[in-house]
Amino acid sequence: MLKIGETSIQILGLAWWKWIAIILVLFSLTAGMIIDVPRLPILHETIRNLFYHVTQWFGMMIILTASLVYSIIHLAKGDRRSDIIASEGINVALFMGVLGLLTGMLWAKFTWGTYWTGDAKLNGVAMGMLVYLAYTVLRGSMDEEQKRGRVSAVYNIFAYVMFMVFIMVLPRMTDSLHPGNGGNPGFGGYDLNNYMKLVFYPAIIGWTLLGVWLINVRVRMKSIVENILTKSHQ
Amino acid sequence: MLMAMPFLSIAQDVEMAEVMRSNGKIYVVIGVIAIIFVGLVVYLITIDRRLTKIEKEEK
Repeated sequence: MLKIGETSIQILGLAWWKWIAIILVLFSLTAGMIIDVPRLPILHETIRNLFYHVTQWFGMMIILTASLVYSIIHLAKGDRRSDIIASEGINVALFMGVLGLLTGMLWAKFTWGTYWTGDAKLNGVAMGMLVYLAYTVLRGSMDEEQKRGRVSAVYNIFAYVMFMVFIMVLPRMTDSLHPGNGGNPGFGGYDLNNYMKLVFYPAIIGWTLLGVWLINVRVRMKSIVENILTKSHQ
Repeated sequence: MLMAMPFLSIAQDVEMAEVMRSNGKIYVVIGVIAIIFVGLVVYLITIDRRLTKIEKEEK
C-alpha cells in the first residue's frame, strides 16, 4: 500500500503528511476534552480553548510565514508555482484567521464579558487581516501574470511585517487582556501544565498541516484550471 | 426507602457502557466531535483523490 509518489511517499493513495494531519487533529480534538487541566477562576473549562482557538492563530502565522518565503522565492526566480502557493497560502491563512476571530469572540463573551473589546491585540489582528484582504483585492485587480506575481509578492512582504507589528509588537507595548501581552503572563508562565503541552503542540502541528493540505488542494485546482485555459488559448 | 435498596444495588451491578456515561457524559460529546471531524476529513480525501485522477488524465 506504500508507494513513492511523484512528490512524496503515499499511504493508501494519500501523502503521508496528510495522515499525520488527520491523526494529530483528531488526537487534539479528543484528548483536549479529556485531559486534566488547571482549575482557574473565570476560565474554568474554557482553558481548553487553548487547543482549538489558539492553534488556529498559530497555524495561520506559520502559513503566513511560509507564504512570505514563497513570495521571496517568486521574486528571486520569477516562477509561476511559488506565486500560486504564496497567494493560496494567504487565502487559507485568512480562512483560519476568521475561524480564530469567531472562536475568540465566543470565548471572550464568556470570560471577558463581551464579544469585542478595545483590546490592542483584537484591534491589531482586525487591522492585520484587512491588510491581507487588501492583498487579495490587489491581486484580483491585475490581469497581467508577471506583473501581478511581482507586485503581490512585494506587497506580501509589506503585509507580513505590518501583521506581525500589529499582533506581536503593539499589544506588548500597551495593556492587553491576552496572556503574554502588556504585562500579563503567558499561558506558558505557570498555568500551562505538561499535559496541556502534550496536546497543545501536536494540535499546532496538526492544524498547520491541515491548512497546508487545503493549500495543496487549492494550488492543484488552480494549476489544472490554468492548464485548461492555456490549452484553449492555443 | 429500605425496600428500594436491594433493587438499586441490582441496578448498579448491571454492566452498561459506563465509559460513555462517566464524567458528565463528556465522552458522548467527544464522540460527536470526532464523527464530524472524520466526516469532514473523508470529504476532503475524496476531493483530493478526484484531483489526483484529473491530474493523471491531464497527462
